[in-house]
Amino acid sequence: MRRVSKIAAAGIATAALALSATACGSTSSQKDSGTSSSSAGGKGVKIGVAYDVGGRGDHSFNDSAARGIDKAKSEFGGSVKELTAKTTDTEADRVQKLSDLASGGYNPVIGIGFAYANSMKQVAAKFPNTTFGIVDSVVEGPKNVDNIVFTEEQGSYLAGVAAALKTKTGHVGFIGGVDVPLIKKFEAGFNQGVKDTKADVKVDNQYLSHGSDTSGFASPDKGKEAAQGMLDNGADVIYTAAGSSGTGAIEAVAGKKGAWAIGVDSDQYQQASLDKYKNSILTSVVKNVDIGVYDLIKSVKDGKPLVGTNSYPLAKNGVSLATSGGFITDIQPQLDAAKKKIVDGSIKVKTTP
Amino acid sequence: MKKFTSRIDKEKLLLAAAAPVLALVAALVVTALVILATGKNPFPAFNDMLSYGSASDSQVYILNKATTYYLAGIAVAVGFRMNLFNIGVDGQYRLAAFLAAVVGGAMSLPGIVQIPVIIVVAMLVGAMWSAVAGILKVTRGVSEVISTIMLNAIATAIIAYLIQPGRLGQLDSAGTLVSTKPLPDSAWFFTIDMGPAGQLWGFIVVAVLAGIAYWFTLGRTRFGFDLRAVGQSESAAAASGANVKKMIITSMIISGLVAGLVGMPTLLNDTHQFDNSFPTGLGFTGIAIALLGRNNPIGIGLAALLWGFLERTTNHLEFIGYDKEILGVIQGVIVLCVVIAYELVRRYGLKRQQQRVGAELAAQAAKTETEVTA
Repeated sequence: MRRVSKIAAAGIATAALALSATACGSTSSQKDSGTSSSSAGGKGVKIGVAYDVGGRGDHSFNDSAARGIDKAKSEFGGSVKELTAKTTDTEADRVQKLSDLASGGYNPVIGIGFAYANSMKQVAAKFPNTTFGIVDSVVEGPKNVDNIVFTEEQGSYLAGVAAALKTKTGHVGFIGGVDVPLIKKFEAGFNQGVKDTKADVKVDNQYLSHGSDTSGFASPDKGKEAAQGMLDNGADVIYTAAGSSGTGAIEAVAGKKGAWAIGVDSDQYQQASLDKYKNSILTSVVKNVDIGVYDLIKSVKDGKPLVGTNSYPLAKNGVSLATSGGFITDIQPQLDAAKKKIVDGSIKVKTTP
Repeated sequence: MKKFTSRIDKEKLLLAAAAPVLALVAALVVTALVILATGKNPFPAFNDMLSYGSASDSQVYILNKATTYYLAGIAVAVGFRMNLFNIGVDGQYRLAAFLAAVVGGAMSLPGIVQIPVIIVVAMLVGAMWSAVAGILKVTRGVSEVISTIMLNAIATAIIAYLIQPGRLGQLDSAGTLVSTKPLPDSAWFFTIDMGPAGQLWGFIVVAVLAGIAYWFTLGRTRFGFDLRAVGQSESAAAASGANVKKMIITSMIISGLVAGLVGMPTLLNDTHQFDNSFPTGLGFTGIAIALLGRNNPIGIGLAALLWGFLERTTNHLEFIGYDKEILGVIQGVIVLCVVIAYELVRRYGLKRQQQRVGAELAAQAAKTETEVTA
């Protein structure tokens, strides 16, 4: 026994030593740049994208960004590398994703979602010659970051106006993915829009997950359950700002006659996978992440990269209400009036509930 | 007789190593099949995992991740040794890290005072939260599995309530991230600068100390003996004089104390604040790691390193065009294979033992028979 354990200990120690000896070798980025420089001969822009939880195909936030990327790729050519966050990702994983992209020669490197804020701050400082972009947050410090922000509360306000005008039961609902400040902007705008239009309409507000649990952005089952609960309580217009969880909510709403769902981030009426339910989708609060992302890629291609904070408010069509399906045509005058008031500043939309 | 025991031990050791090796090989085969099924060649993937995983910055990443996973594994293993399924490590470490971050952010004392205060707060909060489950179990017979799962959800809700701006949290300037007040520089734990490879977290030292304490307490003390005895048979332990109820609460508390440490490497070495992006689910990772490491302090260490290696390398697999879900497949398959392999190896060992005992008895019987006839 003694001898065996000694031999085992010696074996482990040598293995560990061998491993740490190689540690003095090269870092992964050195290895990477060695291999990728030979393959990176293409023209056009090399776009690196790190998606938030849910990724391409979430029919919502990430897909909106993906549209901008696809548009840029078809116009400028080049290549795209896409990585997607997992719910278990830590800061180190996000740093790894952004560094992998930057050291792979991708420029710009775009982080879709505020979760990349802290990691981008570190990585952007390490790669000063790469332009970074972040959606929904502001990275302070490095000068090579384009902060793409939207006024979600303004778009949500219009959704609130539409919901108040369309409800028959006088009861509407808001479902948020996670109770983070960003989603609270949606809640605040929606509630204010409803109350300004019809003060007696009741609004239910619910979040699918809390705090550091981001599963609420990627759980259609939770969205469905929450929407069903609201429908059972009498709500007949439900606005969901919850990433891919929203598809579950829309499915539940479609199961009840006369009820309306309001989609978010992308025009959800147009999405093939939601085709079955599209006649229940009143409108969507479109957040034109694609415009912000496209502008950034174009600016890098033109050699004049956008940096600093670039806001896309209602006035610049950064957020808007989708009109597909024509379900809000009858209330368009009221919506236009509300939009005008927001743009000229006579209505100030709150960002916190 | 001496020769006989030494042979058993050698065989035992071989058998103990056989299970994880068997599980790893099986997991590799299954993973290769899964990658093949997606229409890609698995060998370049394994090759990339090796070369990317051995890069110096990958090693630092793996060691940092393993530090956290090791503590999570130990926290779960303390319960496992006594047949307690502490699923609540997850809620315990999060609540502990959150409150420790609040306390740390509110103070600015010299590091030599402040860092221990933060760590002690975290351990006490973790212990307090796990003690709830322990007390419920001994006084009301509530299964710790159920109560700890519920306590996880309650911890999530408490943190979500308290971290709101205006309570214990604050909003960043972009209005998208809430966090606790950042720790002052004096409360940062030391890191070891590895040059371009990054910073190695100093908390790895604490993790190693925790491992030694775990080994010593369980293997070399009266308390550890009682704990393992209760785990194997409550009635037998009670008959030998162990107070089972006290043991349950004590081991739950120890599990919680260690769980309190799980969030500390991240808090003190990395983020220096608790925010929405604080890692979740480490408690569940800890369960897998304790299982894989067979509750053995060295085994848990190897399992934690393996987990870190897999995460590091599969992240990069996505970069070179494989599906990111491969990580979940590999991890899931490893845990499944481990459970199966341990059972297979255990049965095989048992059979071998029976055969050997049978052979010895037969030999002895034959010997006495010849003596009698002579």
